[in-house]
Amino acid sequence: MANNDSTSKTITVALVLCIVCSVVVSTAAVLLKPAQVANKQLDFNRNILAAAGLLKEGVSVEEQFSQITTKLVDLQTGTYTDAVDAGKYDQRKAAKDSAQSSELTSDEDLAKISRRENISKIYLVEGEQGIETVILPVKGYGLWSTLYGFVALGSDLNTVVGMGFYEHGETPGLGGEVDNPRWKAQFQGKQVYAADGSVALEIVKGTAPAGSAHAIDGLSGATLTSKGVDNLIKFWLGEGGYAGFLTNLKNGEA
Amino acid sequence: MKMKELLFKPVFENNPIALQILGICSALAVTSSLQVTVVMCVALTVVTAFSNFFVSLVRTQIPSSIRIIVQMTIIASLVIVVDQILKAVVYDLSKQLSVFVGLIITNCIVMGRAEAFAMKNPPVASFVDGIGNGLGYSAMLLALAFIRELLGSGKLFGYEVLPLVTDGGWYVSNGLLLLPPSAFFLIGLIIWGLRSVHKEQVEDEEFKICPNTVKEA
Repeated sequence: MANNDSTSKTITVALVLCIVCSVVVSTAAVLLKPAQVANKQLDFNRNILAAAGLLKEGVSVEEQFSQITTKLVDLQTGTYTDAVDAGKYDQRKAAKDSAQSSELTSDEDLAKISRRENISKIYLVEGEQGIETVILPVKGYGLWSTLYGFVALGSDLNTVVGMGFYEHGETPGLGGEVDNPRWKAQFQGKQVYAADGSVALEIVKGTAPAGSAHAIDGLSGATLTSKGVDNLIKFWLGEGGYAGFLTNLKNGEA
Repeated sequence: MKMKELLFKPVFENNPIALQILGICSALAVTSSLQVTVVMCVALTVVTAFSNFFVSLVRTQIPSSIRIIVQMTIIASLVIVVDQILKAVVYDLSKQLSVFVGLIITNCIVMGRAEAFAMKNPPVASFVDGIGNGLGYSAMLLALAFIRELLGSGKLFGYEVLPLVTDGGWYVSNGLLLLPPSAFFLIGLIIWGLRSVHKEQVEDEEFKICPNTVKEA
């Protein structure tokens, strides 16, 4: 066994091992990629349905998702746009691309996202009386990570139907409680806008006053995550986000 | 050693968690629900078995100066492959397991078996030893998850067994059991139980504790 310890043998073993292992790992990664991408998309769609309160057990996500229409909204003009292909539009990539996004000044940038994409992909549930639910993607910085989620509004474009995050890296048990169904349930039925049109929906520190139309309990032990959620709601439902589009939609001008 | 002995000895007599006190980290972290635990157990058993197998296969060629790195590379590659498969096949569960699958790389059981057994024994015996230790780990984790999920959230595999007060039933759930420290208490109790039955597992005292004496000033 002594010859195993020679320098050349050591280097050869290390090299061969590295090559074999890297081939195995990269083969697995490449072969499984399509299934993983499909799973991610399925999970994404499931979250859209869950935010809108439409998710039913026992029915496939694809089938349930067929009732949802995907639309692109130009956030600057607040109208629908066909400038890009909805199927191929990657909103996250667009938010980083200077040609497809605009920089936010520190006053505007409540959600701490620094750039906002010009076009946002939204989801509509249409019934016989027109739009029943509008599902809007939102994101913003919490304590450790950017929270990605959806806010769903009812047909009056003011009442929250549901809310949920599909990706975040907040502390489990504290900020991670944004996933707690009981906390998320508080959003249902709350009004987003006050009478003067400003965003009144807010996360308060501690317990929200009983019967309040706008306030939601803060998460205990997660002040900064609560603040982050509060800020991202203020930003995305305010003038910097979807407020213009929602006004247009209400007036039938979108 | 006989195959049967290799396979079943680690479950009760030489349990990696209860006797060797290895792999505690994931035993605390993933055992709050049975479903996640089962996936974690399967993943760990597969990784331990195959890493033992491959390490044993090349054991005569490994230079002793880099043997730990060689073992780590083999283990890490296997874990990445398992993680990729989980993401492709059971996406929801892999999301819940998140970082813990990746952390199998640092699980002392895998490393410990590769160094202690696979470096000295032929591939098939090593493979069986890996499965055996995986089973030992699984037995412990499943026991923990059973107690924690049943008493912590009144469910087993996500199905309601004890109707909770919050849903109009009679069972007041024990929130402590959903938190990682509760697994510590349970592991402690299980080790106590095991050592009461298998007396030979009790270690000799390393030093004798003398009675307390108070010195007069």
